[in-house]
Amino acid sequence: MSLKSFPKPSELPVPAGAEGWEKIYPYYLVFQDKLKDQEDAKFWFCDSQHWPTVFKPFETIGGEFAVKCLGQYNARHLMIPNANGIEFRIHLGYLYMSPIPVPEEQIAARVPLFEQRVGHYFQNWEELLKQWHVKVRGTIDEMETLSFNKLPDMVPMDDITTGKAMDGSEVLLENYDRLIQLAYQNWQYHFEFLNLGYIAYLDFFNFCKEVFPNIPDQSIATMVQGVDMELFRPDDELKGLATLAVELGIQSAFSNTDDVEATLAAVAAAPGGDRWIRQYKDAQDPWFNFTVGNGFYGHDKYWKDHQEIPLGYIADYIRRLDEGQQIMRPTGELIAEKERIVEEYRDLLEGDTQAAFDAKRQLAATAYPYVENHNFYIEHWTMGVFWRKVRELSRMMQAEGFWTEPDDLLYLNRNEVRDALFDLVTGWGVGAAPIGPTYWPQEIERRRGIVDALKTARPAPALNTPPASITEPFTRMLWGITTEQVQQWLGAGEEVEGGGLRGMAASPGVVEGIARVIHDSDQLAEVQQGEILVATVTAPSWGPIFGKIKATVTDIGGMMSHAAIVCREYGLPAVTGTGSASTTIKTGQRLRVDGTKGTVQILDADEPAITGPGAHSHSHA
Amino acid sequence: MESNQYVQFFDGGIEPKLETLGGKGASLVIMTSAGMPVPPGFVVTTAAFDEFMAAAGIIQEIHDLLDGLDPEDVAQVEKVSAGIRADICSKPVPEGLRAQTLAAYEALMGRFDTPVPVAVRSSATAEDLPDASFAGQQDTYLWLEGAKAVTEHIRQCWASLFTSRAILYRLKNSIPNEGLSMAVVVQKMVNSKVSGVAMTLDPANGDRSKITIDSSYGVGEMVVSGQVTPDNILLDKVTLAVVSEHLGDKHAELVPDRSAHTLVEREVEEERRARRSLNDAELAAVAAMAKRAEKHYKCPQDIEWALDADLPDGENLLLLQSRPETVHSSKPAAPKAATGGWAAALGATGAGQAPAGGTQAGGTPAGGTSAGAGGFSLGSITASLLKASI
Repeated sequence: MSLKSFPKPSELPVPAGAEGWEKIYPYYLVFQDKLKDQEDAKFWFCDSQHWPTVFKPFETIGGEFAVKCLGQYNARHLMIPNANGIEFRIHLGYLYMSPIPVPEEQIAARVPLFEQRVGHYFQNWEELLKQWHVKVRGTIDEMETLSFNKLPDMVPMDDITTGKAMDGSEVLLENYDRLIQLAYQNWQYHFEFLNLGYIAYLDFFNFCKEVFPNIPDQSIATMVQGVDMELFRPDDELKGLATLAVELGIQSAFSNTDDVEATLAAVAAAPGGDRWIRQYKDAQDPWFNFTVGNGFYGHDKYWKDHQEIPLGYIADYIRRLDEGQQIMRPTGELIAEKERIVEEYRDLLEGDTQAAFDAKRQLAATAYPYVENHNFYIEHWTMGVFWRKVRELSRMMQAEGFWTEPDDLLYLNRNEVRDALFDLVTGWGVGAAPIGPTYWPQEIERRRGIVDALKTARPAPALNTPPASITEPFTRMLWGITTEQVQQWLGAGEEVEGGGLRGMAASPGVVEGIARVIHDSDQLAEVQQGEILVATVTAPSWGPIFGKIKATVTDIGGMMSHAAIVCREYGLPAVTGTGSASTTIKTGQRLRVDGTKGTVQILDADEPAITGPGAHSHSHA
Repeated sequence: MESNQYVQFFDGGIEPKLETLGGKGASLVIMTSAGMPVPPGFVVTTAAFDEFMAAAGIIQEIHDLLDGLDPEDVAQVEKVSAGIRADICSKPVPEGLRAQTLAAYEALMGRFDTPVPVAVRSSATAEDLPDASFAGQQDTYLWLEGAKAVTEHIRQCWASLFTSRAILYRLKNSIPNEGLSMAVVVQKMVNSKVSGVAMTLDPANGDRSKITIDSSYGVGEMVVSGQVTPDNILLDKVTLAVVSEHLGDKHAELVPDRSAHTLVEREVEEERRARRSLNDAELAAVAAMAKRAEKHYKCPQDIEWALDADLPDGENLLLLQSRPETVHSSKPAAPKAATGGWAAALGATGAGQAPAGGTQAGGTPAGGTSAGAGGFSLGSITASLLKASI
């Protein structure tokens, strides 16, 4: 096999207007001139699954915390024998990763350490997981108490009389530091069980591949996945609220959900409306700490802060109920089908092998659901509170003249924010003007231009020469980066009959339908009933959309990516990790998605017809 | 048309009884009700034979002729046999019985756009005749068309109860002639447009979680005898997902020539060669049928199947034969996998508190058994991680 290569970082063109982009990120996040030889010798793949759009400087915090904390559990907590963490760099605004192997000669020595540590967790899973919930909740609660108030004109008299002898600026600084620390803390907790969930899954996966050679990955996933996950709770709450609204006959109150206040007032005024409002309030804590994004961007919208989003979904569910549609997930059928699959595979085995199947599946079925359930607590809830606090701080500093737009803080990296805060309290303390209002607006404008310019280019799927085979287990499972996948990116993969795309067979079934390409969660409202969703990556919080669509196609993601899991849950075909679906396919094209084989065919590649609200049908021959 | 005491359709939903349907007839009814679609047809029951014989008034005469026959006197046995069979073939069939038989035949034909040829076979109750294959060879009439030909051959099946060979067999084994009876099967001739074989395991390694299907155009003989390269498809037995497929060349097909009552070979055109001979739905149907056969017979099966051109899509898959797979099924069901020695009582920590997946698993037979089946193996977890590739 001829080994083709991806471009070197230095070979990728810098989009016009993005010159000097390296300097908007911390020095340690970008490729180094002095390390060029070493860095070019490594294979880096782009994680556009979690970070599909360009980082604003402050937003690197999510990438840094997540990937660092993932790595620490491999390299320092669990002593995974053959995998350390993942090195990461930002290049042209996107995150690239390179897994770090353990030197061959050190692997054996790590095995007993690994087994001791992993064994303790698997043996005490329930107890430790219970503690995890307490720890994570404690972090969130503390984060909620942090405030970023404008400093007073003078120290209160009380502080004089008590001899406090501090001006309160230390609270502002502490709260900022604490906010960062608390986010860091929950990201450490995030990975306490995640790698273990994957390890248990991998053990069962390999066993199944051994006793049932070539068993489809989908079958294995189905056997360990939870059917009723906490991740589906927010959506289920909305369905419950829609059902209650229909029951109370107050559908008309939901005619214009973009006006949140008027909608809630209309509901409250309707007979039985108080009951609905009570249920609505109850649902919010904690289930509205839910983002339409993935928790990694400052622009992510959370239901709690943008109630027009959940209200819009409720209105849509009400409409579907009124049309006689079934809106609840077919949970009973999914459970029955899962049980059938487990039982049929199990019945193929006998004796010790059957006992091993039971033990491994039980472990995986116990440990694996964490992989999906944690998501609500960290990406949604923790990060929802985190970004709300960041916005509070940004707005306070905007009011102090540091920048012009409410969320401009995102154009500073987190250590520059610390500097700007000290600038603010210094100016305030001495009674002079801070320097920031002179320095930052212009600098932010310059950086905004760079970020916007970087956004005009999509990332390369990977950098440099790939290894002959991809063996690192987490890379394969979590990101779907397999030897075959890499070859396909390089154009050496198997051709799809009749032209088209190949990806992971992530959720079974075959459908044809019209494509709707979504690049941003703000576009979700464009999705029409019965369309096929095509996206770089999907967020599980797009839940209500999955009740509307026929199938999903993504650029990035493996069997265990969010899109794959949610589609299996909704019984929709999905093909993930196609590499380029969102750029190859145009909205309006007719697709045939085969989630059993992992192929997507564009049936009318020559004439995409654009349909949708406000667009009349026309063709681009 | 509904089944009655004289005729019973394979799919008529009446409990099959060996004494009224004969061995072959009962087996066809059982297979049909187990969801294994054999070529459609009906059984003319032993009650029809009994009614005919009673009405013909020849029972006593036959007994008299058979009594005191010397098994060594073959010429005499031949003479008696010929006489009885001529009698059976010439006596009138009672009008009601004749009407029922014709109605059944018309009802069978009514399932097709145009009348189709049928096969008529005797279906003896076990004690009456030497063995099934002996009977089958003697009394199978293929490619029959029209009511007249069918009723004539039903009568010939009845008469076959008194072939000299059958008479001699009963004499030698002291089987009494009283209460002899005979059922007759009338079954559609299969008009294969696509056919092949299926095994409920992977013959390459004996993996029982797979189904292998070979499929080509026309009648299955060319596949079985290796004259064409069929499509070869490997499916997962549990989910029926396609694991791998290889398209065969399928350059020729054997198809029935109705006027000549035989099969003719012809070239398969390029377009049909280049695509898989089964579409997705047909493939799933073949696999599901193979799975049902395995479940029914409780061991891996090797089946022959066909898609019948005379039947509508979705109802055209027919099971021609199902027999136990013998090469692999005597071996262990699956390769031994390491079970390891390090046991942790995960199950004992309380499945009830487990996350969603674990809780549900607790309710399944699989989960329920596993709690008592020991724990996981750290050694195997380590081995999993260290595997060069997954």
